[in-house]
Amino acid sequence: MFSNHPDLLPKVLRGAPPPETSSPIVNLSRRGFVTASGALVIGVGLAGCAPAAEPPAATTDAGPSPLTEVVGGDATPSLWITIEEDGTVKLTCHRSEMGQQAWTAMGQILADELEADWDRVQIVQALGDPRYGDQNTDGSRSVRFNFHRLRVAGAAMRSMLTTAAAQAWDTDVANCTAEQGSVVNNETGSRMTYGELSAAAGTLPIPAEDELTLKTRDEWRYIGKPMPSLTVPKIVRGQGTFGIDVDRADMVYAVLTRPPQVFGKTGSFDETAALAVPGVLQTVRLPDAAPPAMFQPLGGVAVVASNTWAAIQGRDALEVDWVDGPNAAYDSAAYEAAMFETARQPGRMARNRGNVDLALEDAATRIEAEYYAPHLSQSPMEPPSATAEWDGDQLTCWACVQDPQMTRGVLAGILQIPPENITVHATWLGGAFGRKSKPDFVCEAALIAREVGKPVKVTWTREDEVRHGYYHSVSAQRMEAGLDENGKCTALLHRTVFPSISSTFDPSNTGPSDGELGLGATDTPFDVPNLRVEAGDAKAHVRIGWLRAVSNIYHVFAVQSFAAELAHAAGRDQKDYLLDLIGSPRIVDPNAEGATYGNYDGPADEYPIDTGRLANVTRRAAEMAGWGRTLPEGHGLGIATHRSFLSYVSTAIEVAVDADGNMTIPGIWLSVDAGTVVNPRHTVAQMEGGTLYGLSNALYGEISAENGAVVQGNFPDWRLMRMNESPLTFEVDIVDSNAPPAGVGEPGTPPAAPALTNAIFNATGVRIRRLPILGATGQRLTLADRQDT
Amino acid sequence: MAITLNINGQDKVVEAAEGTPLLWVLRDELKMTGTKFGCGVAQCGACTVHVDGLPVRSCSTPHDFLEGAKITTIEGAEGAAADAVREAWEASDVPQCGYCQSGQIMSAVALLADNPNPSDEDIDAAMSGNICRCATYVSIRRAIKDAATKL
Ligand code: FES
Ligand code: FES
Repeated sequence: MFSNHPDLLPKVLRGAPPPETSSPIVNLSRRGFVTASGALVIGVGLAGCAPAAEPPAATTDAGPSPLTEVVGGDATPSLWITIEEDGTVKLTCHRSEMGQQAWTAMGQILADELEADWDRVQIVQALGDPRYGDQNTDGSRSVRFNFHRLRVAGAAMRSMLTTAAAQAWDTDVANCTAEQGSVVNNETGSRMTYGELSAAAGTLPIPAEDELTLKTRDEWRYIGKPMPSLTVPKIVRGQGTFGIDVDRADMVYAVLTRPPQVFGKTGSFDETAALAVPGVLQTVRLPDAAPPAMFQPLGGVAVVASNTWAAIQGRDALEVDWVDGPNAAYDSAAYEAAMFETARQPGRMARNRGNVDLALEDAATRIEAEYYAPHLSQSPMEPPSATAEWDGDQLTCWACVQDPQMTRGVLAGILQIPPENITVHATWLGGAFGRKSKPDFVCEAALIAREVGKPVKVTWTREDEVRHGYYHSVSAQRMEAGLDENGKCTALLHRTVFPSISSTFDPSNTGPSDGELGLGATDTPFDVPNLRVEAGDAKAHVRIGWLRAVSNIYHVFAVQSFAAELAHAAGRDQKDYLLDLIGSPRIVDPNAEGATYGNYDGPADEYPIDTGRLANVTRRAAEMAGWGRTLPEGHGLGIATHRSFLSYVSTAIEVAVDADGNMTIPGIWLSVDAGTVVNPRHTVAQMEGGTLYGLSNALYGEISAENGAVVQGNFPDWRLMRMNESPLTFEVDIVDSNAPPAGVGEPGTPPAAPALTNAIFNATGVRIRRLPILGATGQRLTLADRQDT
Repeated sequence: MAITLNINGQDKVVEAAEGTPLLWVLRDELKMTGTKFGCGVAQCGACTVHVDGLPVRSCSTPHDFLEGAKITTIEGAEGAAADAVREAWEASDVPQCGYCQSGQIMSAVALLADNPNPSDEDIDAAMSGNICRCATYVSIRRAIKDAATKL
């Protein structure tokens, strides 16, 4: 499968143009990716295997594991738990830590069933390895996917430790109780610590799942409690290793210049001035990229130096003639107009209930509105960074990746070596938001390191991150509705047009995918008799990728803004009208109405679309905000509600706009129903952060292209929210729930933008239908100009 | 050119090209990676250190301007304000990903060392140069006020 024929190897040429033939990297990378993906689900028996986690020694299993296939994957205790003689409990976190507190949450679930002493818990970050099952830290599902199996793993280890104690005391297991890192003999009162018991426990057979008794909810010691973060004590002392912090002996530093357009090519270049910069060692030319983009590097030229600053200076001194590629004509203004042309024509039917056309004809009032939202960049504070080191045919990488296992597969494809020869360490991620689920930057490091023969750290500057991203999709949407004489909505048409993420993997995909439509379009929960969702095509000209909450962002902006527009047309209160649209408590099944709805891979019986829960969070957020109170002059309250990643969130925002159009946000009130919550403190943090992430993008965020190249470059023109723009009040309410755990990393984001624009409408009468609201340079709402009815 | 920098109370001889920003001397030469790179253009504050007690963006400060100055990084921040800030940050888990937090903490420590009872406006003025993409602003403001009660 992994041919070593030299013609198949990607060519990395130092300082010289490549041959005229196009690089073979594309097909190879694709095949490698598919191969890697196909291998993700293989479970491996672990008897006698050391956990791949580094560095603790293995707790070896005495026999075959009956727990390799529990719900969620392999729950073999030794894969997840190592207990050292001194009582230290090392727990494996196979998901990436990127600020969502994966370490703490995974640790809480394991430690709870294990009855570990929280103060003895340490987290070991797992390598990328198929034995862990899914490691793609994406989609707000680390807890949901692993909740059950980590409990089983903890309970199995607890059972083995308890049995070991019973044998040591020559008593019945029923007389022994595990309690915070020790087993207690209930008859004698004596205790043995887990450290003392671990060697003996390791010789016992692993119990089967039906031999285990998981704790009841009232017995939970850590789950559901605001356990303190396991990363914060390091962070406040400047400790901990992010991708950009990795250091290897004899390491060199690389910064790249890349073609301004996706699939543009490197022509000739002059490296004289670059090589004259003190500290610059050499340049390395990367192969040009060709469709499909996938996770391959974009090409261009790397400048390798003895430190990052020299590499940046060298990169700036490099003179490169870029050759236009197929995306040279991409222009955001023209593209926006073309998308709206499409949105005004019938599209592909994605969900249908009743007959919208007839109902619109019969309506007493017809409302139409069009909404635009631009490309965005994820912009984690830590830009992409990766370090690669070759040792013969073995490659080791350290990188801030959301999926080290997939990264390994992608590297295998691009480098044409077996995945077994590749080790991928996930470092801490200084934020990710979807950017670091694309390991193109790790591939760059590996290719350059192979050429240079030394460990290489690739650092992306902020300009690189803003200009060469996988962008959140630009979108144009058209909404139409009919109201009867009482103002009740009788017909709703939602047309959505955007270039799809799937185009990044297959450029023949020019239309929205069902998966993206299921993020806020085909899952609309409204109780209207006639409903149609349509999708329109748009061809991608940049790499489109996931960004926190993905298509929910623009879909919910349109749907929840339009709900408020209908309320206004009907002369009704925004919140009351929204509750009427949500309707009575019931289960909504889009698939019964012609949709292909994936429900975030959640089984419909465990995770139905429940309008009762949706209405509940809406009422609670409104109540927290004091909905209906008398507001000061220039203030307005707005609300928006959405279910995403299987969680229900409603957000109420108060804005204050002065006569000059200066806007502030005095307060935000949010209610979330995420089912069973592992850590309420960190759930609050995700709701605050997710909301402000959405507001930052809605207020200022716009990535646009001219002549195929991204215009913005760094924080002056790609503006992010700052302290003085953040609200003074932010209250979060978590609904107490026994429902299965749902997501918390992303669901806070989608309601943010429409809650804000609905508040602006109530404050000023200005209806914002085009994002961003202010833009990078806008200091105030220009009230007269924005009245775009 | 070799020069001597006083960092966290220790004299360090560093050899870096003229004009190299302090940030890269700290990170690449001295392997002190607590100070972070976020933008390189004095816009995000991730690289904030103290120079003679004042918060400075190390990405935009040539290291060779700093001979004779007292440089403090996150690794070496100490004293009443630093202790109060760390304690408050830990008590409520202010950081999410943590990447911006070295800079946030250095800005907050400088603020509180100078003004132990800051108003919201003082906090805005001192902290608005530090971007947090995880948007921990609400927690940071609360934690600064908590820390102030200990001073
Ligand atoms: S890196 Fe220095 S201010 Fe951003
Ligand atoms: S905590 Fe992640 S950028 Fe601030």
